[in-house]
This record gives sequence, structure tokens and C-alpha cells, in this order.
Amino acid sequence: MVDGFRPALLQEALKIRSEYDCTPIAGGTDLMVQKARGFALKPDFEKPLLFIGHLPELHKIIIENNQIHIGAGALLTDLLNSKKIPAIFKEAIGLMASPPSRNLASIGGNICNASPAGDTLPYLYAVNATLVVMSAKGERTNPINEFITGPKQTALRRDELLTKIIIPNKIFDVNFYRKVGQRKGMSLTKAAFLGMADIENGKLTDIRITFGSVAPVIVRSWEIEKYIIGTPLREIKAAITEIQNQFEPLLRPIHDARSTAVYRKKVSLRLLEDFLKNISKEK
Amino acid sequence: MKIEFILNDKPQTIDVHPARRLLDLLREDFGLTSVKEGCGEGECGACVVLMNGKAVNSCLVPAGNIIGNSIQTLEGFKTTERYKVIEKCFLEAGSVQCGFCTPGIVMATESLLSENPHPTDDEIKESLSGNLCRCTGYNMIFKGIRLAAERGKGLW
Repeated sequence: MVDGFRPALLQEALKIRSEYDCTPIAGGTDLMVQKARGFALKPDFEKPLLFIGHLPELHKIIIENNQIHIGAGALLTDLLNSKKIPAIFKEAIGLMASPPSRNLASIGGNICNASPAGDTLPYLYAVNATLVVMSAKGERTNPINEFITGPKQTALRRDELLTKIIIPNKIFDVNFYRKVGQRKGMSLTKAAFLGMADIENGKLTDIRITFGSVAPVIVRSWEIEKYIIGTPLREIKAAITEIQNQFEPLLRPIHDARSTAVYRKKVSLRLLEDFLKNISKEK
Repeated sequence: MKIEFILNDKPQTIDVHPARRLLDLLREDFGLTSVKEGCGEGECGACVVLMNGKAVNSCLVPAGNIIGNSIQTLEGFKTTERYKVIEKCFLEAGSVQCGFCTPGIVMATESLLSENPHPTDDEIKESLSGNLCRCTGYNMIFKGIRLAAERGKGLW
């Protein structure tokens, strides 16, 4: 059996993908740990590896038609160093792992790993990121909430590669991100909360609220957001409990080694409260 | 898979499984034992080496990802003037106790200073956030790095 492929170009990679059942790998920061067998041992992959992290086509970050196109192979470090990436997204990325891992890990890998605790996901859900997926036959697009179908599960087909992530080139008026981990640096997420809002004439004209690590996939509710939009700022404080009650049944965290279900839920709803209080202070 | 890469400034070719960890390739195939295995999952930083001048966790790098890249370990770095400054300042500041984390910390320091020769205390903490040390309590390490940035002016 072939151990692996390292094509020079994306087109070649897509051809290999259509001919072989293989495992695409970019930086390897998730896969190498998931497949690890222990001290001084080679990780065990069931399928041949398809190396894609080096492909130049996957590294571009450009702005086109007021949208930011991010190559799936862009490293977390590249995103942090890019002037094109919104500050609130960088805040989330800057809290991921550590510099030596961010120098390896790609945004596409974080998406395809589809962890409920994936730290790029709350922002990507909040801005309705569009994912571009290619195969030798062509390309298709998928909104991120349709691409990720469950914990560690995506709609990526056997002959496809995620090549690009498209997000709006837009900064919201209010930006709020909190990651709750065991410590400040180098921690995996117990719960994450992202809130963004636009305000005009003392009223909320847009709001985005996402929760990470408290359900099988990122939690976002278009209905609740719609319910909140239009609320005058001075009425927000009075509505906090009602908004928390609406979100409460959507948060279904698990109890595991990293945290308890009770804590995850409680802290998430309090972060929501904190965000809404912050908005009510805006002018 | 045939792996061609640069190791400590010398071109190398080796035939290994592409999933072999860079950490094992360096320690076992090339005998470069400054590279330590601590956690094996990218958390402790004991295995940090430079890939194209940037700090990376070698336990997370499959051999297939080093093709065409330049890898530097402490064995290669120690002949440079920059290393000598770091060594002296680490000794003076008491940055080394048991020494297990030190090679990774030295490589992370080189990665930091080559990008940012005058780091603030927060920048030092941030770039060392992936290197665990159970002896020094970190303050002596930060002191050593501050000293090196000062004394090594012009080298980075």
C-alpha cells in the first residue's frame, strides 16, 4: 500500500483524492494526536495520507467583492498576522494552543476536525461563513452550519477537499468573545461565547450570538436573534432573563474530563448576560 | 516516502513512513537528542525545533510535512553567536534547572527574537506560552530572555 502522497498542485491533489481513499492532512496538529500510539511510536493511520498543507493555492488571504477569502491551508499564525482578518476573530485564534502549534495548524483543519470545541467555529457560524469544497469534477459551496453535521462529522465527500472559507469583510459595532478554559494559556475550551451586534439610533439592528463546546455543534439561533433585533438599548437589560430562557434548552453540554455539564451551561448563560449588559451600556 | 529536507543547514534525504513524527526522526534517525519528548501532544514544548525559522512542536509534524523545509535543532543552533548570548544570559539568570525543557525554550527564544528583537514582557510570556517548565517558575527564564535581547543587540 502507498503510505502517502505529496502532490505539488491542488489539481493533482484532487485527482489523487478521486482515485484513492485517503486521509487529507494539513498541519497535523489534531490528526497526529488523535492517531498517536504513545511514546516514540509512529501514529497509525488506516489510510494513506494526502499532504495538502504545503499547496500554494490554499494559502491565500484576499479581499474580493467586500468578502474575505481565506485559503483552507492558511495557518493560524498567518491569520493573526494578516491585516485583513477582523480583530474579534483574531482574539479567538490568539487563544488557541500556543505559538509552536499555531505555526502548524490550519483554519481548514480546525473546521474539518469539527470538534464541538473548535475555536474558529463560533465566529465562522456567527458570520455565516461559506465553505468552498472542491473535487476533480468541480466545486460547490456550503454554509458552515450545513458543512458540520455533528461532532467530528462533516459533509465532506470522499473525493473532496475544503479549499476556501469566505467571510464578510465587516466589523460589528459591538464585539465580545470569551473562552473559558482551565487556565489562560494553552488550554482547551470548556465553553466559548461570541456575541456581536450593530446599533443604530439606540436600537439593535443586528445581533449574532454563538456558543461553543455546549452542544454537539456550535449553537446559534436565528429565531432568537430575530426576536432580539429591533430592541431599544434601554430595554435590553429587562429582556436578559427572557433571552437566557430562550437559549437555555439549546445548550446541551456534556460532562467530561474537561468540565461538568452544569458548569458549562451556567457559565455560558452568564456570559450571554454579560454580553447583553455590555450592549445596554452602548450609546 | 522519500523525504528531502535541510537539517541544521545540511541537505538530507531519508526514506521513512510519512507519518513518522519529526521528533522521532530527529532523535532516532539522526541522533539529535536535544529534542525531548514530554507530552507527545503539542502541549509541553520540550520537542520544539525551528521549521523555516519558526518554532514548531516536532511531535505534531509528520515527516511528510518537512519535505523541502529547513529544520534546525539546538545541535545546529549552538554554533551561532546568538546561541552563545542566550546560553550566557540563561546561565546568569538561572534560567536552567533540570534542563529538560531548556532546548525547547532556547529554540522558542530564537524564534521569538528573530521575529521581534525587542519583545515586551507580555510578548515574551505569549511566545513562551507553549513551553512548560516545572522547575524555575518561569521568572528566571523570562529574565534570561530579557537579558539576551538586551545583550544580543544587533544579532537578531
